[in-house]
Amino acid sequence: MAKNCHNDYKMKFTGEEEFPDLSLHNNHMAKVLTKEIYGKLRGKSTPSGFTVDDVIQTGVDNPGHPFIMTVGCVAGDEECYEVFKDLLDPIISDRHGGYKPTDKHKTDLNFENLKGGDDLDPNYVLSSRVRTGRSIKGFTLPPHNSRGERRGIEKLSIEALASLDGEFKGKYYPLNGMTDAEQDLLINDHFLFDKPVSPLLTCAGMARDWPDGRGIWHNDNKTFLVWVNEEDHLRVISMQLGGNMKEVFRRFCVGLKKIEEIFKKHNHGFSWNEHLGYILTCPSNLGTGLRGGVHVKLPKLSTHAKFEEILTRLRLQKRGTGGVDTASVGGVFDISNADRLGSSEVDQVQLVVDGVKLMVEMEKKLEKNESIDGMIPAQK
Amino acid sequence: MSDNIENIELLGTIGIFVSTPDSNSPQIRQQGSAMPFGNTHNKAKMNYDSDQEYPDLSKHNNHMAKILTPAMYERLRSKETPSGFTLDDIIQTGIDNPGHPFIMTVGCVAGDEETYEVFKELLDPVIEDRHGGYKPSDKHKTDIDPANLKGGDDLDPDYVLSSRVRTGRSVRGFCLPPHCSRGERRAVEKLSIEALASLTGDLNGKYYALKNMTDAEQQQLIDDHFLFDKPVSPLLLASGMGRDWPDARGIWHNDNKTFLVWVNEEDHLRVISMQKGGNMKEVFNRFCTGLTKIETLFKERNHAFMWNEHLGYVLTCPSNLGTGLRAGVHVKLPNMSKNAKFEDVLKKLRLQKRGTGGVDTAAVGGVFDISNADRLGFSEVELVQMVVDGVKLLVDMEKKLEKGQSIDDIMPAQK
Repeated sequence: MAKNCHNDYKMKFTGEEEFPDLSLHNNHMAKVLTKEIYGKLRGKSTPSGFTVDDVIQTGVDNPGHPFIMTVGCVAGDEECYEVFKDLLDPIISDRHGGYKPTDKHKTDLNFENLKGGDDLDPNYVLSSRVRTGRSIKGFTLPPHNSRGERRGIEKLSIEALASLDGEFKGKYYPLNGMTDAEQDLLINDHFLFDKPVSPLLTCAGMARDWPDGRGIWHNDNKTFLVWVNEEDHLRVISMQLGGNMKEVFRRFCVGLKKIEEIFKKHNHGFSWNEHLGYILTCPSNLGTGLRGGVHVKLPKLSTHAKFEEILTRLRLQKRGTGGVDTASVGGVFDISNADRLGSSEVDQVQLVVDGVKLMVEMEKKLEKNESIDGMIPAQK
Repeated sequence: MSDNIENIELLGTIGIFVSTPDSNSPQIRQQGSAMPFGNTHNKAKMNYDSDQEYPDLSKHNNHMAKILTPAMYERLRSKETPSGFTLDDIIQTGIDNPGHPFIMTVGCVAGDEETYEVFKELLDPVIEDRHGGYKPSDKHKTDIDPANLKGGDDLDPDYVLSSRVRTGRSVRGFCLPPHCSRGERRAVEKLSIEALASLTGDLNGKYYALKNMTDAEQQQLIDDHFLFDKPVSPLLLASGMGRDWPDARGIWHNDNKTFLVWVNEEDHLRVISMQKGGNMKEVFNRFCTGLTKIETLFKERNHAFMWNEHLGYVLTCPSNLGTGLRAGVHVKLPNMSKNAKFEDVLKKLRLQKRGTGGVDTAAVGGVFDISNADRLGFSEVELVQMVVDGVKLLVDMEKKLEKGQSIDDIMPAQK
């Protein structure tokens, strides 16, 4: 979907006449956006021309779900988070556990700071994965970028990734021009991403010009994967079978750093600031943008009355093995960090490592019909 | 204070909206047309040259893709209409929807009346291609005087099951559905409600806003085949017409259910007159009377319909320019439709066939939707006359074929 939002005629109407009808809406934007805030922001735009109507269009078009709280807004460039802070700061606070406009976010991609994580029991932990996103400074974001910008990002990404070697030696597959054989293999490896169908994304303008400028890169070992120009400029994923999260995180940090160096050399580092950490399209991914998780067998623990409480205390969340909003199959859950902003990468992966270790121990106890009452953790 | 004003003026010259304390204070903003490099919603794109921004149209089959060359793109990319609609806005739907090997879609839309002037270099050839060679210098004739239609009240109801005429109208002073803001859309709705509320007699009716329709109302409108839903076609969604749904969208119809108006769907207004049977004359009478009344009411409020002597009625899609009129019948032609000369006859009569589900559906039980093929370059009366005369002839042919007779001696000449 395209955007209205550069329609100059709208300024002939009052803020009241232009204010969206949010009466049936349940998302962060609808909770926060008042007529006063709208009135204050409607005449503004970022230097690249992104307006408050651009920011909120996806939330207007997608009222939300009674049970799932979607964000309902996106950024079109780095400056959005500054120009529209009256709207975005409260949303960030709401979404990220009370994070204040004055708070500072800590970045720590030093994998050596992670304690343990190499001994999660592979009888229970089937696979481990860490993903994040990165935006490239000097380009507007997927809801807003032009074809020239998107192609510029792709070109830089191809150069950067082509210069990787050793365990990171790999190949780029542009979506445009992929052979059938390549496509089948990428699907079988569960690497291929397709044109977004979710209206949350299409209403924000992220699918424009598909598949121009989009592609997938992965290393020969198939343990490090980069998506170019999907929901963010870059999505970076490190993964492998088994429970060695330490190794997954090491590869994640090393690979990311190498890529960042190359982008910096071209005067296009990653967008970052000390308040919001890494700047991404969706406010929910600010900070680390990191989701570190495992697929783990917890058939007994997951049916225990205290399962949800344990997860909350460990600052973890569960998903089915198909990803967000899917059901678990055979007692296997996707367990990952719940936080993104306000704690570092090492902090978040540490929570996953320690928390999963504890839950596997609980699972083993329940298998032996022993109580886990003495093991319930304190709130982290 | 003076610093503030200077800053505002400076910011104004490089095209940034300037914040003001509240929405009631005068907005100081950059006029798009005064910007030194024109168009851009995304100003960053002007940092790239035209080749870097030119879309990949290698797999595309639509009118826009046939016409838009890199050189043309370069000449037009920095322009914008007074409301800020750009070339990229026009063509986005054609980029995102490569088309179909057999169906030639248009691949571009207008965001306001001025689009057709500012971007004539692209749109004139598209119009020419789509509307049978219509030239930039041609004049379009409008005639909605139903008295000028000859006959049309005697199509055989044993064959002609229903008759219908539809068109679209745009309200001057507002941007079109791909581009209009919520305030504009609501203003179009408000004007429409006022105008329609003052209709009387055969045209007395009621407005149903999509957003607060009751379940009972909704069911009734579905049963009457009146209800329109949020567009799902990517052709429409990619151009921005689905934004803010269902805000300010609605359906009005008269008590007799023979005159229907859609507000803020694909065009500001879609107007439909219809009834069972073959009395196209009556359908067209009601169509013209209702349209003329509505237009008068809008004019009284200083918001006439968009029209000019070259393009006739200005609508969102270039395919609907001119009359925007599709007049048609559902007619039983089981024998005629199997005749080898069927397609040729339709072509000569300047008619097109569709299944009874609308464009791109199959005919059921030998019943076809037959309507005028043209929109631009002929008047409303001329197009409905073609339908009336053509359908009369097709029914005569059907009757001959039923009796095993030849139709060779009643083959028409090319109209």
